[in-house]
Amino acid sequence: MLGGSPMLHELDRPIQREVLILSVNGEEHQVLAPVHETLLEVLRERLGLTGTKHGCELGECGTCTVLVDGRPQLSCLLLPVQLAGREITTVEGLGSTADLHPLQQAFAELGAAQCGYCTPGILLAARALLDERPRPSHDEIREALAGNLCRCTGYTKIVEAVELAAERGRP
Amino acid sequence: MSRLDVVGQPLPRVDAAAKVTGVAVYADDIVLPRMLHCRILRSPHPHARILSVDAGAARRVPGVRAVLTGQDVPIRYGIMPVAQDERALEFEKVRYVGDPVAAVAAVDEETAAAALDAIRVEYEVLDPVMSIEEALREPADEPIHERAYTRRAFNVHRQLAYDFGDLEAGFARADHVREDVFFYQGSTHLPMEQHSAVATYVDGRLTLWSSTQVVHYVHRALARVLELPMHRIRVIGAAHGGGFGGKTDPFAHEIVVSRLAMVTGRPVKCTLTREEVFYAHRGRHPVLMWIRTGVTRDGRITAVHYRSALDGGAYGSYGPASVFYTGTQQTTTYAIPAYRFESVRVFTNKAPCGPKRGHGTPQGRFGIELQLDKIAEDLGMDPAELKRRNFVQPFTRAVNWLRITSCGLEECTRKVLDASGYARRERRPGRGMGFAISSYMSGAGTAIYWNDMAHSEVQLKVDRTGVTAYCGAMEIGQGSDSVLAFVVAEELGLRPSDVRLVTADTDTTPVDLGSYSSRVTFMAGNAALQAARRMRDLLVEAVAERMGVHGDLSEIEVRDGRIGDFSFEEACVIGTTRFGALSTSGSYRPPRIGGPFKGSGVGPSPAYSYSACVVDVDADARTGLVDVRKVWIAHDVGRAINPLLVAGQVEGSVYMALGEALMEEQAYRKGRHKWPSMLEYKSPTFVDTPAIETFIVETVDPEGPYGAKEAGQGPLLPVPPALVSAVHDALGVWVDEVPVTPEKVLRALEARSRGEAPRHGPRAFPAFDFGERIRVEPPDPRDMRVGSELEEAFRGA
Repeated sequence: MLGGSPMLHELDRPIQREVLILSVNGEEHQVLAPVHETLLEVLRERLGLTGTKHGCELGECGTCTVLVDGRPQLSCLLLPVQLAGREITTVEGLGSTADLHPLQQAFAELGAAQCGYCTPGILLAARALLDERPRPSHDEIREALAGNLCRCTGYTKIVEAVELAAERGRP
Repeated sequence: MSRLDVVGQPLPRVDAAAKVTGVAVYADDIVLPRMLHCRILRSPHPHARILSVDAGAARRVPGVRAVLTGQDVPIRYGIMPVAQDERALEFEKVRYVGDPVAAVAAVDEETAAAALDAIRVEYEVLDPVMSIEEALREPADEPIHERAYTRRAFNVHRQLAYDFGDLEAGFARADHVREDVFFYQGSTHLPMEQHSAVATYVDGRLTLWSSTQVVHYVHRALARVLELPMHRIRVIGAAHGGGFGGKTDPFAHEIVVSRLAMVTGRPVKCTLTREEVFYAHRGRHPVLMWIRTGVTRDGRITAVHYRSALDGGAYGSYGPASVFYTGTQQTTTYAIPAYRFESVRVFTNKAPCGPKRGHGTPQGRFGIELQLDKIAEDLGMDPAELKRRNFVQPFTRAVNWLRITSCGLEECTRKVLDASGYARRERRPGRGMGFAISSYMSGAGTAIYWNDMAHSEVQLKVDRTGVTAYCGAMEIGQGSDSVLAFVVAEELGLRPSDVRLVTADTDTTPVDLGSYSSRVTFMAGNAALQAARRMRDLLVEAVAERMGVHGDLSEIEVRDGRIGDFSFEEACVIGTTRFGALSTSGSYRPPRIGGPFKGSGVGPSPAYSYSACVVDVDADARTGLVDVRKVWIAHDVGRAINPLLVAGQVEGSVYMALGEALMEEQAYRKGRHKWPSMLEYKSPTFVDTPAIETFIVETVDPEGPYGAKEAGQGPLLPVPPALVSAVHDALGVWVDEVPVTPEKVLRALEARSRGEAPRHGPRAFPAFDFGERIRVEPPDPRDMRVGSELEEAFRGA
């Protein structure tokens, strides 16, 4: 935030709050939140689901990808008020340290996560791809994940891990 | 060496499960009771005097708990002792768009942001300095920094000039001499995680969690600025979302949240916005280079005269080292008999530059590789062959005293040339291959601040519950924690998951200098090795006593979770019974390597990695578009402690290099960053990144742990010049600067069609007086002496 920015923040205007009922990872949550809060903020700051990360909060990097009714969506661009009755899946709902999803297993085995910050978003985008196309080609994987940036891996091991998970089949 | 059970295996990293499940706690994931949120007001001007800061209205905003301005944190700091030129919040003048001026702590981020708008700052705007050329001229208004600090003309920050060997004699022997000018544009790290820090102040003790690469240096900076003794400050590295050099300085937000926690008595968090991350920067220096090289008829280098000018941005950061690195490392790949190196770093009103993956060396590498390609063309030689003729030999000493130990250049070269079919490549317009090599240091030979202490320290504890390793090394995604676990597991006959780790916590872990200069595997690895071998001896001694073995203890095997007749768990109980709780420590300090001259401390490393690469491109003469088809890269890592992690570092380096080579640019327009967003700052996506075929070459360095050298930075270096060389191979024109955008390719083609030199790039190097050169007598190339032996020789001389 630079000084002299024309986009002044409005403090004196009353903030409209709403009770949201969100279904996340199969659990129902009731949240009282300002209507302008994004799904990303509600997941991280109100539901404690910090597995969902943020890289730009402008829909540019794919880091905050979650699944809404199985489709990959950028949680920084969604308002929870739009999501009544929809099923939201975050990385916490993909698998756990006790029971890794095959994608998580493959990412761990092949070193597809280095710093791990983009990993949750990429895992969910990959999950949506495999749900739709269980045996995607190399290029289909690259296309499906092209909205997710990663600075560590050079993407190589991520594509290999998705291929390995696909080869092993769905759980 | 006996059989290795862990080292060399492609095991998953020790933190893999935490990373793939989202359980790892990054700094911004930390939430503490009653935590306040901080936002920082930054300068909208590239260069201005601050006349007044009025924070009265901001303090009255409901929900605001504290406002800081420059007078609250007035002490200057900086990563290097000779460049203490930053303030956490500036109150005299601002030097780039994004320079911090004030900070607010409030009950939530939104309130803090709104309060920033209520702070009134009165500026007197000054003429900004936005290029190397401008910085070398008399400024319109005033220099960016006080003359008392720089002690140099205009906006010159540092300058240096060296003569290694007899340059004139070298050029006199040359059959062919060539001069070229190159430019390497700046780029930023763009870590996926924005910088974030959380501070608490309880019982007179400050604790800071941060996404830093260097907990120790942050610790020192906090002590300096906050005027607290170091034992009252604890810095903890949170799970880290990517650094690449961008989180290697102490940052304003780390100091600000600390002071705010002290003022409010509540936890305070600050997470930068993506836009702010572009201003925090410390990325690749834009570097202009002029190189003159002489060769014999058969392509052997007789002399190199290398000049570089670095655009440092607004502050010193690592600049005093960067200015050396652009030139010192040229001698570790090619045997250069005479070398003149002159370099200058200037201040400009841009976000400060610093160390990005390869720190100062990719620029010089770009210039030297491309000039050798051009010389090969002049001589009608194959560039790969010309380069090969000049390769340094293992176990030799370079003209500027850098000591080369293991060196896999020739093997790396063979691997990529064979695999790519370079010699038999298809020769048609629009298709081309380029070849380049590089080397990089496995940790700097000297610490950032002068001291004789170890660069890395590891402690091991064994009690009745098992083994724990403690080390200040910082896991930033490169596998620092994993290396520690692999080394300890190897020595104690365990699996890596059997080793508990406590890392990067200044209260509990001994000092490691941090994750920069590719030093962790080499230095923390060696420290862990020493600590683990000492622990192994103690456990074996206790077990031998219990088994009734005397004399030769080598029959007591330590392997597969057992020590002699006992399980490791039983051995821990036996050891603890015999000695009490056991602890051992290990440490590593590189030997003195540099020559007998001022400045010789920058550049030496206990070992250099080597890389070779071939880039294959399609280049379209109509559109100027360059499509990378494939990259083959071979990397001499000494020994791969974990080939999976090494390959990951190599692939990541190649990818980051392609970004710099083709699209990434920290560019400015009218004093402002041209595109401080991830959408407009273009970086390669999944679809832009080509197939990368990696070959790991092992030369088993005598000083590396198990022979290991670095892997995280060196493989970036050869890619940009190989790409430019491939474009030349495809289209017959040179683009002598990165990024190689379609526009530049077309300009080079247009120049050729106009009958001009078939190139696009800088035309001249600015006139600058580098001052008197330091003359250095070159060493005997076979002189391998280091440490006290070398120091004694210097004293005797």
